[in-house]
This record gives sequence, C-alpha cells and structure tokens, in this order.
Amino acid sequence: MTAIVKLKHVTKTYADKTVLDSVSLQVLDGEILALLGPNGSGKSTLLRLLAFLEEPTNGEISFQGITIDGRNAEQMRLQSSLVFQQTVMFNTSVYNNVAFGLKIRKIPKATYDEEVRNALRLVKLEGFENYPARKLSGGEQQRVSIARALVLKTKLLLLDEPTANLDPKNSGILEEVIATVNREMKTTIVMATHNMFQAKKLPTRIALIEDGRITEIGAPADVFGKLSKNIAGFAALENTFRGNASVTSEDTTLVDVGKGVKVEATGHCEGEVSVFVNPQDIIVSMDALESSARNVFKGTIVEIVDLGALVKLKVNVGRLFVVQITKRSFAKMGLNLNAEVFLVFKASSVQVI
Amino acid sequence: MVDVLAGLAKALELILTGDPLIYDIIYRTLLFSGIATILAALWGTPISMLIALRDFRGKALVKAFFNSLIGIPTVVLGLVLYLVFSKGGPLGFLELLFTPGAIILGEAILVTPILISIMTNAIEAVDPQIMNLAKTLGASSSQASVAVLKEALNGVILSNIASFNRAIAELGVALLVGGNIAGLTDVLTTAISRYTQSGDLGFAIALGIILMIIVFVINGIVIMGRKAKWLLTVWRMPSS
Repeated sequence: MTAIVKLKHVTKTYADKTVLDSVSLQVLDGEILALLGPNGSGKSTLLRLLAFLEEPTNGEISFQGITIDGRNAEQMRLQSSLVFQQTVMFNTSVYNNVAFGLKIRKIPKATYDEEVRNALRLVKLEGFENYPARKLSGGEQQRVSIARALVLKTKLLLLDEPTANLDPKNSGILEEVIATVNREMKTTIVMATHNMFQAKKLPTRIALIEDGRITEIGAPADVFGKLSKNIAGFAALENTFRGNASVTSEDTTLVDVGKGVKVEATGHCEGEVSVFVNPQDIIVSMDALESSARNVFKGTIVEIVDLGALVKLKVNVGRLFVVQITKRSFAKMGLNLNAEVFLVFKASSVQVI
Repeated sequence: MVDVLAGLAKALELILTGDPLIYDIIYRTLLFSGIATILAALWGTPISMLIALRDFRGKALVKAFFNSLIGIPTVVLGLVLYLVFSKGGPLGFLELLFTPGAIILGEAILVTPILISIMTNAIEAVDPQIMNLAKTLGASSSQASVAVLKEALNGVILSNIASFNRAIAELGVALLVGGNIAGLTDVLTTAISRYTQSGDLGFAIALGIILMIIVFVINGIVIMGRKAKWLLTVWRMPSS
C-alpha cells in the first residue's frame, strides 16, 4: 500500500502548550487507521491537521506527494472531509445539509440530487430529506454528518470519535457504514477513538497516541499484544485496567485490578494483563441482581454527563467505571450524584489483553 | 380637545380618500429610508462579519464604539452633516444639501451603528464550529463566512428591520440636511413637524397614524414570514 498522507516531525503548539510533539506518520491508501488514545492526547488536533484546517507549528504534511502550506490548504481541503465528534448541523433540512459540499463544488442539481439520496439511504435515513436537521436525535444527526462527508467521495475521510455519544443501535449502523465505505468505495479512513473495543474491531492499523506522541503503530493484534508497555497512559481510557490475572477453579480468569476490585473474564490468562469492558455492556441496578453475570460491584455515582438520548455515568466501585444508560432509565431510577448503585456485567463482556 | 377630535376626523378622511399629497410623502419616506437601509447593509454587513469573525487588537473598543453611536441624537448628526454638505464644508462641492441624496446618505450613516451592532452579535452567536464545518466540506474562507451569515439570518433580518425603523422615524437628519422642502425632501416626520407648527392638525395626525401603521405592518410581515417558514417546516416533516 502506498502512503496517501505523510506527516514528518509535525508539532502543533497553542500558546505555550504543545499538543502534538514531533509526530511522524504515514496514512496508507485504502486503510482504516484508528488513532487510539485518552482524551487530551492530541487525536482531534491530529485530525484537524489532516483535514488541512490548521497548519502545523513545525514539520511537514504532504498529501499525495504535495506539501501542504497556507497557499494550497484551501484547495487540498476538497480532498478530505472531517466528521466532528460533536455534531454540527446547518440550520436547514437534512437534504440541504448533505448537499452543502456538492453545491460548493458546483455539481449540477440533477447529479447531486441522486448522490444525496444515495448517501441518506446508506446511513438508513431515507425519507428524512425535508426534515429540519437540528430536530433529529443525536444519533441521527451523526448519521447525517457521515452522509454529508461520504457524498463528497473524498480520498480521505476523517472521523473524530464517531460513535462516542451514540446508543448501541446507532453505533452499530455507523460502524457498518464505515466498513462498507472502506470496502466498496476504497475510501481511506482515519478515525479517532478511545474505545478499545472499536479499535480492535474496525481498523487495518492502530496508532496509539499519548501526550501528543505516537507510541505504537501496527495491526490491532500486534499493537494490543504490546499494549502492556504503554498501558500506564491508557489507564485513562474508559474501563481499561491493568491487573494480575489468575485462573480460577471454574476455568475462568480473575484479574485483580487493585483497590479491592477483581474482574472475572472467560478464558485462561495468567500474569500481568489489561482488561477492558465496553460501557454499553454494563447494567446499572439499584439492587444486587440475581443473575448469571459473574461481575457485580457496588459503587457510587461520581459523575453524570448528559449525552442527549443517553446519560454517561462514572461509578466508583474502588476503580472508576464508565457506563451508558438511556435517559429514560436514568429518570426512572431516580439516579443522582452520590447515589449507590450496582454494576453488573458478564465475564464474556470482559476483553483481556 | 375639539381641535384634536376635528384633526382625527380630518386624518381619517385624508387616509381613506387617498389624498395624493399624503401618499406622495409616504412614497418619499419609504424610498429614502429603504435606500438608506440598503446602503447601510451594503457597507455594514462586511464590517459586521469582519468584527464578528476575526480576532484583532482593539476589537472590544470597536464594538463599544458602534454600540455607543446607536444613541447619537439625530439632530446632532444632522448638524454635523449640514456643516459637511454646506457650501463651505468639505463635501460642499457635491451640492447635496437640501436634496434627497443628503437625507439618504445621512440616514444611512445614522443607522449603520445599529445595523453593525445587531448583526455582529447575531453572527457571534452562531456556533463557531459552523465555520470549520463549512471548510471541511470544501468551502473557501469567504464561502464559509457566507455560510455563517446564513446561519445568522434571523439576526441579519432583525438588524435591517431595526435600521429601517430608526431611519423612518428620525427627524433631525431629514430636517437639517433635507430642508423639509414640500414635494422634494419632506418625509413623514418632517411633514408632521411642519403641519403641527402651522396648526394643520388633520394632516399632522394623519401622517402620525400612517407612520405608526408602517412600523407595525413591516414588523408584522417579518413575524408572519418567520411563522410561515416554521409552518412549512412542520408540514414537511415525515410522519413517524
């Protein structure tokens, strides 16, 4: 595979804060590259540079052999599209949102009309053409954002945490779209994520990014195998813990992640490992549930984040877990800060690396 | 009291019978204030976009400057422009004094601070990510700025309406640089002043009622226009 984008010793500084520190990276034609790192690691800034929205403070970025600078950045932006983490909709219909970039490129209406409808079909939003975009749910708006980017058929598609604030249904639709677009349209995709589960599933390669530096890059299997060297930084990733694993008498793996928390997973593992639990796989309960789930922890809600249709909770059970529940459940259970809850998840939901 | 009632009766008669003198003044008023508003929009819109979308030293001062000019007494501005346009003034060679052009230019200058203040605030209220969004979709900087302006459309319209209302209702500029010449430079406000002073209350009251009707009608059209757009939006929503 040839490189479509090359970054050479790229540094980005705002005021006196260095957000990216001498990053050298090649994005290969036709791949899905995941940028995996905690919040504040520089993923979004790197995407903005790849979108030619900003220039690096130092270093060089080239696209298909052409060095990007202030003079040609505007022209080069036609080659890439960026989908933001927080959805941004123009105050108009879904159709006009999706058609925006095509109108900028002066594509004739007869042509772009079909493209817009195809894109909406791909993200399963056919019939919503005339709907005011800002009245859609968060998940639907994110799908419009993807359609708006896809319809441009750019060489490079950049996604900033595309499923971060979505429910499982919309996340699933988007992941399917990403995979389809890469497979059928051969679009090169760079996506930022702090979800280890997603980083394992979708991409061709993963780049670990921490404190503005790329610490590891390669195929998911290789990168996760080496993850132990870098895990200190990745403790900041949601529901990722380092611990000591031992095999139980019931043929499962028990991982002591410290502070009295022991997570049970399926399979056999021993020694120092990392474990990850998808926030969407964790059930929140007011009482200890009688169930087949092996992992039940009592804790206190220490943070609540409103994501629109969903609510993200941080629960301290000794270690901090992030969970996502619907707003309806949140209201029905009468949850608030410092409420005591039980977190329940199956051993099969635990990824051991 | 009898004079007032007689004046009111006369006013209604003049309005309902379509007195040509009345409608001539109305036409002139709408024309002068309309062109003044358009002029103010032409130079005020790029200034508003520049202030709202760029960061520069002294930005707060510039905004404060335009905000404070909103309240400038019209007669003071009228006096300044009189001195500028008069024979001995720097623009005396243009021979604008006591012509429609002087009123139009004067009112355009008067309403520019209002237009800029309201429009700047409206543009600043737009989500800053809209600019970046437009750029990521291939827009140039100027195309992205236009996209932002479109998002601020309600505020842009409001700024123009407010400017027109100020222009149509002002007296000082029209009187001092226009001269209130009957049939040439008299507008609703100056004519009200003239007819009141001459004791012709019927005409004065008629013109006053018309001025108020114009202000209400224009604002009403804008509100109805926005309501119609909302209804159209609701009508177009697919049923779930």
